[in-house]
Amino acid sequence: MQLAILTDIHGNREAFEAVLDDVAQRGIGGIVLLGDIVGYGPDPEWCCDRAERLVAEGALCVRGNHDNAAAGAAESMGGLARRAMDWTIPRLSAGQKRFLAGLPMTAATGETLFVHASANGPKDWNYVTSDLKAVGSFRATTARVIFCGHVHVPLLVSRDLSGTVREQGFRAGFPFPLLRSRRWLAVVGAVGQPRDGLPQAGYALYNTDSSELTFRRVPYDNGTTAARIRAAGLPEELALRLMRGE
Amino acid sequence: MKRPYKGLEIDGFTLGEQLHAGGFATIWEATNPKYRTPLVMKVPTILDGDDGPTIVGFEVEQMIMPRLTGPHVPRVMGTGDFDVMPYIVTEKIRGGSMLTTFRKAPLPLSDLLEIAARLVDAVADVHRQGVIHLDLKPENFLQRPTGEMVLIDYGLSRHDRLPDLLAEEFRIPMGTYPYIAPEQYLRARNDPRSDLFALGAMIYELAVGRPPFGVPQRLKGVRRRLWRDPVPPRALRPELPEWLQEIVLRALEVDPLRRYQTAAQLAFDLAHPQQVKLTRRATKLKQDGWLQVFDRWREVRRIRQFQAPDSVASQMASVPIICVAVDTAPEHEELAQVLHAAVKRMLVIEPDARVACVNVIKTARIGLDQMTDDRGNNLHVLRLVQLKHWATAIDLPEERLTYSVLEGPDPGQAILDYAAQNHVSHIMMGARGHSTARRYLGSVSAQVVAEAHCSVTVIRQTEKRPGPAQAPGEGMATSGREAAGEVAA
Repeated sequence: MQLAILTDIHGNREAFEAVLDDVAQRGIGGIVLLGDIVGYGPDPEWCCDRAERLVAEGALCVRGNHDNAAAGAAESMGGLARRAMDWTIPRLSAGQKRFLAGLPMTAATGETLFVHASANGPKDWNYVTSDLKAVGSFRATTARVIFCGHVHVPLLVSRDLSGTVREQGFRAGFPFPLLRSRRWLAVVGAVGQPRDGLPQAGYALYNTDSSELTFRRVPYDNGTTAARIRAAGLPEELALRLMRGE
Repeated sequence: MKRPYKGLEIDGFTLGEQLHAGGFATIWEATNPKYRTPLVMKVPTILDGDDGPTIVGFEVEQMIMPRLTGPHVPRVMGTGDFDVMPYIVTEKIRGGSMLTTFRKAPLPLSDLLEIAARLVDAVADVHRQGVIHLDLKPENFLQRPTGEMVLIDYGLSRHDRLPDLLAEEFRIPMGTYPYIAPEQYLRARNDPRSDLFALGAMIYELAVGRPPFGVPQRLKGVRRRLWRDPVPPRALRPELPEWLQEIVLRALEVDPLRRYQTAAQLAFDLAHPQQVKLTRRATKLKQDGWLQVFDRWREVRRIRQFQAPDSVASQMASVPIICVAVDTAPEHEELAQVLHAAVKRMLVIEPDARVACVNVIKTARIGLDQMTDDRGNNLHVLRLVQLKHWATAIDLPEERLTYSVLEGPDPGQAILDYAAQNHVSHIMMGARGHSTARRYLGSVSAQVVAEAHCSVTVIRQTEKRPGPAQAPGEGMATSGREAAGEVAA
């Protein structure tokens, strides 16, 4: 089965729609959302409702730190994130907050684990930014393949039979075999706020039968999103970074 | 983890006799009711504890082999996971390995050329699919009963679009000592021209009966080939043609940049021996003198690596073979000139392209053809002269221009066959205009466009715009406007 894995949508309706359109053209068997549906972006309500509908249709969804904060939990956040969160919270309905608060911290299918941040202590929201930072996740679970988000920069790490954990280079757009002799951790790039220098929305396709992973990028109308961030009175940096992918 | 034995059943496969036991793997006969063709299963021999090289090599093989297709690779039927028993099941290639043939070397020239061409074809096909083999040797070529060589054992290979697990884990040169390229000694694993060096070493061995650099037992012996040139084949077997020595020694150049740049180019020279450009390599009968060798040794001591291409695909694209089909008939002279100009423009974009000019003599399907004109001139020679005349103003060194006169009842098919056999990456040809007859009987260029396995550029003389099914008045108006435009311009 082909899974579409989306993460860090961050209230960016245009990017979310573009990715879902791309997904719809690819014969997908299931959708997984790795959290952070809201925060930063100008459309938290729409993204929240769309995610809830996807879940009702069978998608898996785990909770991110921004979802947690939007639902009322005390989360420590950077200045920019905090200002956007203070703008976001009053916009969400009680139902939307209930949906976000009800999301599980992890989800699993077969040999695969889904989590927003590092799998060791998911509530600590640790960033997996290198092979070294991935070691803890491999220790915390027996899942062969771990998918997470939170970083906004895609990363692929393998752990081989001898226990060596190593970062693996990959090329976006090409299927990458997640060798069955190894365990893998993939950080999926952000839909709504990419930070790897490419402004296109990122997501991943994972074929559970052939164990092949493809990181994909989808262009979307980031100019519109930026304009709406400005119109909403959200910080200018949030608009600029969408244009540059940083 | 399971170990293989006769009678073992796994994932629908049943093991038969053991066919081979090597250092790193065992090969077993296998059957599966799903497949009627005979199968073989390769199982790595994993020692207890940490056996990194064998495991990673097998991971690489399991990753690369299922992605390859075509007659030059074995078809993969199944792979097994490491947690039960790692294996790869492929079709069994009925013919044996090239090892028996190599034991009979030196071979007669005609046999040698046929085998060499087939070896190169197989490598060209694997390169086309983005894979560098990096362990070419006689044992790794099996010949199908139909003649095609099948390349096996991808444990050291590298795929353009897959991670190079071996480079990450090991820092030792990997390969088979008699055939390994100098840059492989320097740990490079990203140059398709390494395979061309190994092919050169194999063709050398077929020609003279021994490998060019002996059979080094230790790595130190491999290093020598960075400065010491092999004994020229013609010194060992004087009746070998100069062009063959040229081809072999060019493939064995130390610097990859001085070798053939693609397997297709090597195949092309093997197929057009009379047009191989001969250099000093062709005529030398002795190894280089000590002074020259000493100079090379001093130079090479400092070299840590040779420049490698970005990818197999980019290397292949950088030196394309462009086939230009030229119609030399007098009534198409203008079209031939337009085609000529288009080829020159193409060479601006593709400065390293090789241009293969072809002309087709159409023969009758039934009966004998008269291959001489009324005055007894050979038609073949005549066409060749015309072809060369057409190409004179194309500003290319002679080794990058070749001329072939093809024959066949179906000119389009003749061009298509030539393109396929010679790994042509681009065909350029003229379209001979519109006529009712062509529309219904089909044109040569349309056939080539429809059936070619490479890009095709069709050149047309810019014609006056036709005014189909126009009322006479409108037609007049159009031409009137054009005339006015001309005046204005």
